[in-house]
Amino acid sequence: MTQAAYVRTEMAPEKAPPVTSSGIIGWMRKNLFDGWLNSILTIVSLIAVGALLYEILPWMFRSSWTANSLNECREQIKEVYGPDASGACWAVIRERYAQLTFGFYPSELYWRPILAFILLLGALAPVLFTSLPRKLLWFSGLYPFIATWLLWGGSVWGPLSALAGFIFGFAALKLITPRYGAILGVISAIVVAILWWVAISGPVATTLESLIPISLEPVKSRNFGGFMLSVTIGITGIAASLPIGILLALGRRSDLLIVKALCVGFIEFIRGVPLITLLFVASTLLNIFLPPGTDFDIIVRVMIMVTLFSAAYMAEVIRGGLAALPRGQYEAADALGLDYWQAQRLVIMPQALKISIPGIVGTFIGLFKDTTLVMIIGLMDPLGLSTAIRANQEWNGIVWELYGFIALVFWIFCFSMSRYSMYLERKLQTENH
Amino acid sequence: MKKTVFLGALAVTGLAAGAAAAGTLDDVKARGKLNCGVTTGLAGFAAPDANGVWEGFDVGVCRAVAAAIFGDPTAVEFIPTTGKTRFTALASGEVDMLARNTTWTFTRDVDLKFEFVGINYYDGQGFMVPKSLGVSSAKELDGATVCIQTGTTTELNLADFFRSNNMSYEPVPIETNAEAQQQFLAGACDVYTTDASGLAATRATFENPGDYVILPEIISKEPLGPLVRHGDNAWGDLVRWTLNALIAAEELGITSANIDELRKGTNNPEINRILGTEGNLGEMLGLSADWAYNAIKAGGNYGELFEKNIGENTPIGLQRGLNAQWKDGGLIYAPPFR
Amino acid sequence: MTALTDPPKESFRLSMLIYDTRYRSMTIQVVALMGFMLLFAWIISNTLQNLSALGKPVDFGFLFEPAGYDINQRLIEYNSQDTHLRAAFVGLLNTLLVAALGCALATILGVIIGVLRLSHNWIVARLMTVYIEAFRNVPVLLWIVLVMAIMIETMPAPREFRGENPTASMLFGDSVAITNRGVYIPEPLFSRSLGDISVFGAFDISLDLIAFLVALFGGIYASKLVKRRADRIQAATGERPTTWHIRLGLVVIPPVAVLIALGFYLGYPELKGFNFKGGIHMRNSLIALWLALSLYTAAFIAEAVRAGILAISKGQTEAAYALGLSRSQTMNLVILPQAARVIIPPLISQYLNLTKNSSLAIAVGYMDITGTLGGITMNQTGRELESILLLMAIYLSISLSISAVMNWYNKRVKLVER
Repeated sequence: MTQAAYVRTEMAPEKAPPVTSSGIIGWMRKNLFDGWLNSILTIVSLIAVGALLYEILPWMFRSSWTANSLNECREQIKEVYGPDASGACWAVIRERYAQLTFGFYPSELYWRPILAFILLLGALAPVLFTSLPRKLLWFSGLYPFIATWLLWGGSVWGPLSALAGFIFGFAALKLITPRYGAILGVISAIVVAILWWVAISGPVATTLESLIPISLEPVKSRNFGGFMLSVTIGITGIAASLPIGILLALGRRSDLLIVKALCVGFIEFIRGVPLITLLFVASTLLNIFLPPGTDFDIIVRVMIMVTLFSAAYMAEVIRGGLAALPRGQYEAADALGLDYWQAQRLVIMPQALKISIPGIVGTFIGLFKDTTLVMIIGLMDPLGLSTAIRANQEWNGIVWELYGFIALVFWIFCFSMSRYSMYLERKLQTENH
Repeated sequence: MKKTVFLGALAVTGLAAGAAAAGTLDDVKARGKLNCGVTTGLAGFAAPDANGVWEGFDVGVCRAVAAAIFGDPTAVEFIPTTGKTRFTALASGEVDMLARNTTWTFTRDVDLKFEFVGINYYDGQGFMVPKSLGVSSAKELDGATVCIQTGTTTELNLADFFRSNNMSYEPVPIETNAEAQQQFLAGACDVYTTDASGLAATRATFENPGDYVILPEIISKEPLGPLVRHGDNAWGDLVRWTLNALIAAEELGITSANIDELRKGTNNPEINRILGTEGNLGEMLGLSADWAYNAIKAGGNYGELFEKNIGENTPIGLQRGLNAQWKDGGLIYAPPFR
Repeated sequence: MTALTDPPKESFRLSMLIYDTRYRSMTIQVVALMGFMLLFAWIISNTLQNLSALGKPVDFGFLFEPAGYDINQRLIEYNSQDTHLRAAFVGLLNTLLVAALGCALATILGVIIGVLRLSHNWIVARLMTVYIEAFRNVPVLLWIVLVMAIMIETMPAPREFRGENPTASMLFGDSVAITNRGVYIPEPLFSRSLGDISVFGAFDISLDLIAFLVALFGGIYASKLVKRRADRIQAATGERPTTWHIRLGLVVIPPVAVLIALGFYLGYPELKGFNFKGGIHMRNSLIALWLALSLYTAAFIAEAVRAGILAISKGQTEAAYALGLSRSQTMNLVILPQAARVIIPPLISQYLNLTKNSSLAIAVGYMDITGTLGGITMNQTGRELESILLLMAIYLSISLSISAVMNWYNKRVKLVER
């Protein structure tokens, strides 16, 4: 066999790709300068980012952390960086960060909101991460009572006797249902609980308190402020609106015409008006709607309105979750002979709620951001406090530092929550397919 | 889930509802604290410091009332109210009294049903402009852009002033003093108008106060004073006479420094009556005999409060002017304690 | 239970109301309705009792009293002697204005950003992600006050335009002035104006505007007719007559002719006295609110757009490439029209959110309906109940109309689908 000399017998060694299509340059060509339009976009973006950083970075870092007033701060900056320099007075944050976080909460009691916050993470963990043992959910159920006691203080028997209302209601449900049917069971549970709360729980709590006094120093809710107020209003709104939202969503999907009409009417009404008008109602009208002499403090009134507000949005989220559930699940539950509430409790809701969690987190992010609106009715949320701080003589005239700090904190909260919700969405997708 | 708060509150209010009719003073005493409505922040009049302690001229009135009732000037809850929420807060019983630079007007008194118990500051609406504008009278402001704080009588006065002088203007409504100040300093408006005291307070905090002038025209009467709800005269009397005690104390030379001395007894029967060493004025109000002593001791007499918070030695630097004692040519005048 | 009092029929036992599924749903509904009505009656009776205690019976008469305050931005004639009702109407128009402007800008920005976020230009895609995450995760109220602060602090004051060596100057050949009181742009004026027409004696509409709009829409309609004819010819003969010049002419010429006939010219803003005079003054409260709402909502719309685009199967893109369409053609002709159907429902809810968020105008002193009726009017008259109920009713009807219109549009778009 002759071999043509011009035929290669072995593979030529691989050459490295041309320098223009590999490594950093290749990456840049592919991702940044691919065609003239992209090149222009890249350059424009780079210039914009550069200009922005050029403006902001020196201002951020030529700062004063030690001054005690705006004028002192300006002088310090001029002293260090020359007469034309202008920089950030982060000193205002140093001086006021505790106030921005806790409002007017007594400083020696800061451990209480901090502990409540840490426990909150513990209570949320079993709800948010399904891999944790289910028994922890008991703690989540107890958390509202613990948090109420920690934040507002007072006698421990108040929250406990309120909790007892739930327990008695539940006991009534368990006792009556097997004998007289589900409906009477539910009705009697509600009646028992309400009777307990309205008539009995107060005296019982007082008596117990006089027998075994365990109490924390009470703190008025108008001392709440800053981010603590935002978080409290947000969490209360979301937690309290969940059961209402579930009922509204079920009502909206039910075959009962009047019930459906009432639920649709409520949901569309709340979703049709801005939150600020509901806050006006809280601040000016709620006392007029309630029996003469009733006087909640403004923060509780705001919480009530915020709960109603988020309940309408929550109902829509849960309705979406219910709609996303395959029809077969309903039919299977019927086929097993479960009645409506059993089917909801054992089959539908566990699945629908799981699907809805990203939406619920989204609603919470929205609600949490919306808590800044309470500033307009004069509550001391972070934005409201920033106005009060600017009215203080030392810090009169300060703008960017406070807004920047508040925006950053909100951003960290909301961004991490939205990341969590995305993680969950991805997980749900992979689980369902 | 936080229903407990709601339900707890409901239970409490159920109990409180029964007591509500008993009168404001009894409510306050039962509560152990006075609920006092103030501004959300106005330098010199009411603003919280870094520790959350409220300070200022209006705050001083609240503290005096609290001291008169409890003997303790710190037994006050300060409730920040905006121009929008202040009247409903008072009408709904959320606050027991308002000490919040509120102008005494006919409609507020008669139609909104509030009782102004007196006047702690005689004010009037003025204008502030940058010197560089070269304006020396408000009559030259035709076509100017004017920053006003909303929710006050200011905007009505302004509309009337420009209308009656046949001038046009561009109103820029602003919610808080801090924002108004920011806009004015940046030149987003030519003129800032509000009560003259507020103008002075604001100007004092500028980097270069000398670059701004307050125009001579005062276009309105703004008698500012604490107010309470219609219908509880006993409570109204208490607040009124606490304020009067502060005013009379200045007139009679009772200061927080010499009050303990004077309390041992003086030759002036009126001082003795005020300080409770003679007569039973405190009892008539439903308070202890040393009510006025406590009120004055809390933050000093009217003059001391003025000097400490808004007087000439403070950054606000207000002169007494109309707010001097009647003997010194001002309008501040307390009826006799007899 | 109240339903138990229903008169029993023959062979009908009361317990059937609960245990018999035929009657049970009825029972529940009646109970629910009665419960609702009881609650409602309870609230009403409380309200009446409280109001009579306060001595303020429900009375909308205050709406017809003189308002006494001035409003800076008014789309219709208004002065401080007009009624509160008219002030509220001025506010309502301002609300609608900022909502319309905001929805338009937010949609444009949102679509651009949503598309760019999927760009394969690394830096652009990253920047858009940063934009979206930054705007979505900070309260809109904070954005509004921040944009306002930026407008006030960084733009020149009118006085800086004055003097020998002004530190600021007008743009575009002295036609646009950007100041910290707002932006002044040239306004259209007519030397042979037709005057105004009064509607219900309440406000005036410019006849010039009507004439212009009639000419414009007439032209567009005529151009559509031409297009339809061209379509018919193409369907019949397979050849499409060139019509773009006719169509362009039909759209452009009539409005231009009207403008010339009316003696159209531009009124430029000029620095006179304290302020710029002439031109259209877009106040910085409007601009701050408009920009902040648009930028904030655009972030949400961008996410909806991205989701919509990603929902279109990759086969569509590949098919378009196979047809030889360029990347931008693929996006404009194939992907976006299909994605639009997915995008519209979330878009509706974003429009609603934007409209509702416009009530935060109060933070920057923009005189919308919340600022007039729910702000100064409520304050000056002390009629909280009436003002807030009216305010809610107005917002509710705006929301319901927007969702009605958009749902109608959504249905129409859906019908095109197979």
